[in-house]
Amino acid sequence: MNRPNALLSVADLHAWYGESHALHGVSLDILPGETVTLVGRNGVGKTTTLRAIIGLIRKRTGTIQFDGKDLMRLPLHRTAHTGIGFVPEERGIFASLTVEENLMLPPVVAPGGMGLKEIFDLFPNLHERRNSQGTRLSGGEQQMLAMARMLRTGVKLLLLDEPTEGLAPVIVQRIGEVLAELKARGMTILLVEQNFRFASRIADRFFLMDHGRVTADFPAGELETRMDLLHQVLGV
Amino acid sequence: MADTALERTNPQRARIEWLVIAIGILLLIAAPFAVYPIFLMRMLCFALFACAFNLLLGYTGLLSFGHAAFFGGAAYFCAYAVKSWGFSPEAGILIGVAGAAALGAVIGFFAIRRQGIYFAMITLALAQMFYFFCVQAPFTRGEDGIQGVPRGFLFGFIDLNNPLTMYFFVLVVFLIGVFIIWRIVNSPFGMILKSIRENETRAISLGYSVANYKLAAFVMSAALAGLAGSLKAIVFQFATLTDVAWQMSGEVILMTLLGGIGTMVGPIVGAGFVVSLENRLATSGFPVQIVIGLIFMICVLLFRRGIVGEILAFFDRRKPGT
Amino acid sequence: MTMIFGIPIQAFLGQLLVGLINGSFYAMLSLGLAIIFGLLRVINFAHGAQYMLGAFAGYLLLTWFGIGYWPSLILVPLIVGVIGLVIEKFALSRLYSVDPLYGLLFTFGLALVLEGIFRYYFGVSGNPYPTPDLLSGGTNLGFMFLPIYRGWVVVASLIVCIGVWLAIEKTKLGAYLRAATENPRLVQAFGVNVPLLLTLTYGIGSGLAGLAGILAAPVYQVSPLMGSDLIIVVFAVVVVGGMGSILGAIVTGYILGLAEGLTKVFYPEASSVVVFVIMAVVLLVRPAGLFGREGA
Repeated sequence: MNRPNALLSVADLHAWYGESHALHGVSLDILPGETVTLVGRNGVGKTTTLRAIIGLIRKRTGTIQFDGKDLMRLPLHRTAHTGIGFVPEERGIFASLTVEENLMLPPVVAPGGMGLKEIFDLFPNLHERRNSQGTRLSGGEQQMLAMARMLRTGVKLLLLDEPTEGLAPVIVQRIGEVLAELKARGMTILLVEQNFRFASRIADRFFLMDHGRVTADFPAGELETRMDLLHQVLGV
Repeated sequence: MADTALERTNPQRARIEWLVIAIGILLLIAAPFAVYPIFLMRMLCFALFACAFNLLLGYTGLLSFGHAAFFGGAAYFCAYAVKSWGFSPEAGILIGVAGAAALGAVIGFFAIRRQGIYFAMITLALAQMFYFFCVQAPFTRGEDGIQGVPRGFLFGFIDLNNPLTMYFFVLVVFLIGVFIIWRIVNSPFGMILKSIRENETRAISLGYSVANYKLAAFVMSAALAGLAGSLKAIVFQFATLTDVAWQMSGEVILMTLLGGIGTMVGPIVGAGFVVSLENRLATSGFPVQIVIGLIFMICVLLFRRGIVGEILAFFDRRKPGT
Repeated sequence: MTMIFGIPIQAFLGQLLVGLINGSFYAMLSLGLAIIFGLLRVINFAHGAQYMLGAFAGYLLLTWFGIGYWPSLILVPLIVGVIGLVIEKFALSRLYSVDPLYGLLFTFGLALVLEGIFRYYFGVSGNPYPTPDLLSGGTNLGFMFLPIYRGWVVVASLIVCIGVWLAIEKTKLGAYLRAATENPRLVQAFGVNVPLLLTLTYGIGSGLAGLAGILAAPVYQVSPLMGSDLIIVVFAVVVVGGMGSILGAIVTGYILGLAEGLTKVFYPEASSVVVFVIMAVVLLVRPAGLFGREGA
């Protein structure tokens, strides 16, 4: 069912928040270099899927294979070292660290990550504010920082949870440019995004989620023909 | 401390509980004829102390690290009243309880201003302050303590020097004390305390002045601990600094933890266990403090529900549909 | 003879110095407690026992192996720190998922055991530890007589406190610590071995207590009871200072030590309780503590 040469392959993933059964058998796969979007209404389990993949949710069953490794058996602090980066919905910028310390915090997990100079070229305002307290940045700048710090680490797969949430259109556009740049450099991206128009500009493939499972998936080329389904599922 | 054994109402369970209590009381009545009354009285005093402590910890969710102040303080007040003012034992006990309640009001007032860990640290610090006061205050006679407290005549005519008489008086007071706690726990007031333990923010949002309830529970717990301490002063006829030291505060925590936090019978069992253990160790020359500390550590790591908690959980597991 | 507030200035400054020295230990120990609490959310009741352990380690290194003060300054924190590492790894770490009060109770039991062991073998009386030759004697500063070792204690504690503060605020490891204090799960998801960080932190905190112990050995007698009396005062210090801030813990320690010294001058009977009184006042006026953050 999952494509054979997938970089990330998730099969029949179940997950629980305490007693609450949140994911009911999610299956998806991503090819190397692909950008894939999880779409669905609020509360269907998109964020939960990301958190289950990175391992922040420990009560889970099923298969998660990344780059030939079985992620289910890894302790949380080893998962990133397989080459997965996570940018959470709340961004996770640390108030007690400066911008630069925030940037340098996630350890380098593989060669090929961007150097500090390259990152500051891509995000000049982060360079300007590098000694400020992390949370003094605006929402958009914090989002940039959250993404930038992953780029240093050399991760191959980026999990992005609602990167454009609550941000002004100008910033959203900038984020789109950054993602396009990353995509051009070969980054594989799994994106959870409510802003459907934003997602449709960069996604190669769509996975629809409802009630804790994937109900449909199709490549970007078929988007036109699937609009009815999308309207139905998303109310878009 | 939410992972305690929850009390679930269940008619069969209730019947078993009443049976156990009835048997227990019968045993306690028969016991002094088989076991040293002094030893039994020690158990009963500490059992009452532990039950009073559990009112605060198990039912309100507040860990006080300074309960020795109320236990030992009441012992001092009672001992002094009986020995130096010539009060009869019941009046001395009342003085002890009143003093403990007053002390509880003061310490509780300050401690309530913080939650959780800080609350515990404040109770410890203020109890230590009281300890230093006891070291220096003339009425406590410092290192020697108040010795030779007369047993006296209860109500003027019952001679407490008779060990059996003394024992039955202690038993009656113990049962009354436990009964009072039981009534508090099962009253509407007690329900509110439990809701504070489960979810304090929720209780606040429901409109309860949580601080007042906590303070009330604190004072009640202190007064009942004081009852235990006053009894102890009469039974053993002395009051010393040991009774107000932080180690004593630690002991009552252990008794409650070992027996089962949040169960009515747990602290009694725990007190029985610890007092027996100390009795055994006292003659063996074995270091009591090390053993107590080890039990603490093991209990916290592996045995948080305590003896009674584990028993109750065992019976719950065997019931279908739970 | 110069007088100040009606007392000879020598006596006044002498007591202030004693206060400053006590404050040095309050500061070092509150620092350790605050670091451990910040990351592990556990109040290390055994901190006083670890301080006592440090003093005894120094004493035993000397009497059993002839190892003197200066090597002990390195060895003792290592020994106590390693013991702390082991305790965290095999016991304390199992309590992170339950109510933090259990952590307090566990470390309380640990304190009882540690103190009990030393009481069993050494009784309750103190053992002397000689002042190292380099630091013995004193100098006359004119307005007061300063025993050199006392001065050393103050200087050393300042170096330790400031050094630790710098390490936390300015180094990469410190950044890991600060981030993990804020959001340990996310830091773990980035690939940082937070469980190891927790173990190291408890080890370092214990080591700090041990270091305070060996520094204390020539000043106070080495006795099994030296930790328990001190820890309760240190608890009051951290309630006053609030545990959200490392710097706050340090400053509060020195201030309260000085307050104690001042009280000894004017109202000696109250000196053992003045810290608790200040704690009570702070609770009335500023419950979160002088430097505390809400919920910290």
